[in-house]
This record gives sequence, C-alpha cells and structure tokens, in this order.
Amino acid sequence: MNNTIALKSILHKEVHRFMRIWVQTLVPPAITICLYFVIFGSLIGKRIGEMGGFDYMSFIVPGLIMMSVITNSYSNVASSFFSAKWQRNVEEMLVAPVPNWVIVAGYVGGGMCRGILVGLIVTFVALFFVDIQVHNIWVIIATVSLTSATFALGGLINAIFAGSFDDISIIPTFVLTPLTYLGGVFYSISLLPEFWQGVSQANPIVYMVNAFRYGFLGISDVSIVTAFAVIGIFIVTLFTIAMVLISKGIGLRS
Amino acid sequence: MTYALEITGLKKTYKGGFQALKNIELKVKQGDFFALLGPNGAGKSTTIGVMTSLVNKTEGQVKIYGHDIDNALELAKSHIGLVPQEFNFNQFEPLTNILVNQAGYYGVERKTALIRAEKYLKQLELWDKRDEPARALSGGMKRRLMIARALMHEPKMLILDEPTAGVDIEIRRAMWDFLQQLNEEGITIILTTHYLEEAEMLCRNIAIIDGGEIVENTTMKGLLAQLDIETFVLDLVPTQHQVSIDGIVSRQLDDHTLEIDISKHQSLNQVFAQLSLQNVEVKSMRNKSNRLEALFVSLINQSGSAKENSKVVA
Repeated sequence: MNNTIALKSILHKEVHRFMRIWVQTLVPPAITICLYFVIFGSLIGKRIGEMGGFDYMSFIVPGLIMMSVITNSYSNVASSFFSAKWQRNVEEMLVAPVPNWVIVAGYVGGGMCRGILVGLIVTFVALFFVDIQVHNIWVIIATVSLTSATFALGGLINAIFAGSFDDISIIPTFVLTPLTYLGGVFYSISLLPEFWQGVSQANPIVYMVNAFRYGFLGISDVSIVTAFAVIGIFIVTLFTIAMVLISKGIGLRS
Repeated sequence: MTYALEITGLKKTYKGGFQALKNIELKVKQGDFFALLGPNGAGKSTTIGVMTSLVNKTEGQVKIYGHDIDNALELAKSHIGLVPQEFNFNQFEPLTNILVNQAGYYGVERKTALIRAEKYLKQLELWDKRDEPARALSGGMKRRLMIARALMHEPKMLILDEPTAGVDIEIRRAMWDFLQQLNEEGITIILTTHYLEEAEMLCRNIAIIDGGEIVENTTMKGLLAQLDIETFVLDLVPTQHQVSIDGIVSRQLDDHTLEIDISKHQSLNQVFAQLSLQNVEVKSMRNKSNRLEALFVSLINQSGSAKENSKVVA
C-alpha cells in the first residue's frame, strides 16, 4: 500500500475543495484585513503612535496575518471534515486501507495550505498599507507552519465531535475569537497590569503571535524558545488526541 | 482452502444494548456470486459494516481472503470494493475526481486511475457526465457511479448493498449483465437485495439472515428445491365452464384466470391433459410469486415463530 499516494490524494482533494470555492475561502480574509488596516492602522493607529518602538500599523501587521492563518486553518478542516462526515463521503477513506495518520496528515495539510495561502494574500494586501520588514525569515516560516498545523488539528478534533453545522461554529466563536483578540494581536501584553500579563501567558495564541512578530520586527513579549516549546506541546497533544479519536472511530464508526 | 470471506462467531451489540448480530457464521468461496438476504433490520448492513471497518464488532472473527481484520485490517480492506446502500460521495465533486481520489486512497497512481476511470465510466455509460458534479446525476446514474468507484482499485471481492434499489428495469438488467461479467472475470460478489428475482437469477449461493442470525445458508438450487408447492397462474381463453382438475388444488378466479398449486411430486402434464379434455385452452402461464420469495417468506416466518416459541419456553 502506497501511503504517499493516499496522502497526496487527500491533499489534492482538500486543496481542490477550497480553490473551487475561492470566493468563500480566499477573498473574505483579504477584505476583512483591508478593513482592519484602514480602521485600526490608518485611522485609529495614527492617534495611538508607537508600540514596541514601531508605528502601530507595522506592529499589528504580523498579528493580523497570524489571525487570518489561525482562523482559516481551523475553519478549513472543521468544515471540510464535518461536511465529509455529513455527506458520509468520509467513508470513502474509512473503507480504504488508509492508515489513520494519513487521514490526519491529509486534512491538516489541506488546512495548512489554506491558512498559509491566506497568510500570503493578507501579507500582499498589507504591502499596500505598510512597508513590511523581515527580521528572521526562518522564524516566520516555522511559526506560520506550526501555528497553522496546530489550528488545523484543532479544527479536525472539533469536526470529529461535531454533530451539526452549529457545532463547528461554537468553538471559533466562543473560544478562538476571544483568544485571538486577547492574544496580543493589537497590543503588547507588557501594557497590561501584572495580573493580566500572567493570565495572558496561559493563552497559546500569545506565543504564536509574538514569535511571528519577532520574525518580522525582532521584538517579542515572550521568549522565542518558550514560544516554540508551547507550540510544539500543543501540536503533539492535539495530534495524539486526533489519532486516538480516529482510531477509536469516535463520531465515525458505530 | 482460503475463503474470500470467513466469519466466525460474529456479534455486534450497539450502545443502548441492541444486539444487531447474535452469532454469525458465514463462509463465501472465492469467485462466488453470493446472496445475503434478509428483511430490513436483519443485520445485513451491520455485517457488511464490520467487514469494511465502518462498524466496530463486539466479538468474533472476520477474515477477508485469509487476512484477519483484527491484525491485518489494511490488507483485508485492500481486497474489498464496497457499493453501499446510501449515496456517500461528495455531491459537489465531478465524477472523475471522485473516482481518481478513491483510487488514490488505495495507492493507485493518478495516471493509472485516470485510465481506469475512463474504462469504468464508459462501461457504466457515465462517460458523458465525467466532468459534471455528482449531484447532477439521476438515481440510477449515482448507483452506477458507486459501482465504478468500488472497482477503481480492482478488488478481488465486490460487496453490493442493495445496488439496484430505485433503479428502473432497463438499467437494472444492464447492471446485472455487468455484474455477471465481473463475476466471470473472477471477482467474488456478495449481494444484498430486496429484489429476490435478482438474487435468484444472479447468485449461486445464498444466506438468509434474520434477527442477527443466519437462518439458512445453502446453494440457490438447494434452497429452491426445498419449495414444496408452487402456485401458477394460467391465463385461459374465456370459458363458461367451471374448471376443475382431479388431484390438483385449483381456484378459478374468473372466466379467464385459473390458479393451481403444484407440489414437487406432481406434473404440469397432468394439468394440461385434463384441461384439454375439458376443451379449456391455456394462453399463457406464470408463477404467482417469485419462487425464492415464497421460500424467503416461509423461512422468515419460521424464524419468527421459533423465536416466539423460545420466548414462551423461557
């Protein structure tokens, strides 16, 4: 059994799916991010002044890109895998000799492709508003790849448990969005009172946004090593959970 | 000898306590055309679900071409092509993508998959629709698409769970021809169907399942030989006579229809000889019901009665 071909097939199917509906998947993040740049960057940002030694627009760009990557990686896998469950075409893979890790890797790979593609689109849009500087390209690539993998895994787990389309919007609305907005996208957590700085350190998105910002601007509220360690722990944990759930057939096999 | 399918002591109890399979014992020879029949809810689809890993078994052993699903699941699954009862493809995908992706899950290279997709789409008369999304197909076309999909990795065994449900007679007959051709090429076929004429015509061996248990497992010929009495309907040239046949149970329904019950020890010659003597002319003759159907109903009734009796005894 050639697992590489099976993996390529799932990836091909996933990329083809979000490219086929590009108006729903690729255009909205670009429009949303334009609005953020206009409102928070150009209009309000000018009154805020500098943050972390950079003008406000430059400061928020990495966070906004990361926010798009997180949202799109998550929602791609959540909606695609749940649709496959709902239409029962997930059975095409379940009856085939596809190892569980290939199913997980295929869907996560699809989510990463969309997340990173949207990240590139948002970066391109940002170029119209601000000069983007790069401090360390490898940190940027590593952070965006690992973060999109983390949230793609999260989306997969959400889809496995979901029993209806409502269930795949609950986590993004009530968990992901608050964590993202409170994850240092729009401010440095050093501005917060000490207690809330401590609370913020329990938010994994703080580490992802700051590592990504370090890649662009060379500044971060947290240690880069700690940031990668936190992302690594999340990936290993979520991958293990996804594998156990699929192996046991939770929500998939009766 | 390695069987295509070997099921031993298979049990399945769903959450909530419903016991769908009680103790299934089943063997299907390589190259067989095998019917698995039973009323709705008897356990046919659950059995197929266990074989294809869509249902987790509670107990028992299942081997596909000698590969135990407990320790060689991927190898076992690589031999099976499944045509499920419900449509379970992505309705928004074009036909070619559905087939090529499915082949990919079995490790078939894209180049080879495209060649096979063309072959099966043409054989199943879907080639003109190859670039259309699956939702644009009619019910019969969707059934054929699922057959094409199941064949993309060229399996040794094809399992068809009610493949002709809702399909018109012309397409159904074309599908029968196609399945017979596949069987002649050496593919083992396991068929569940509610069209008993279909099972009688296509299958060499048969198992009847009811209430999660196999109540009959024999050859189709052997099963049909168990039929004690067959009822025929004779279409007569209208007659004013009261028709009766000595030694044969008959019912004259109107001036041109006569029903007769023939046991396996009696001969139709005797019927025709007596009718000729009475100057009654027979225009045509047919079975009142499908022979297998009569047996099926009788076996299911017996199975139901046996369970009722055992409850009373208990």
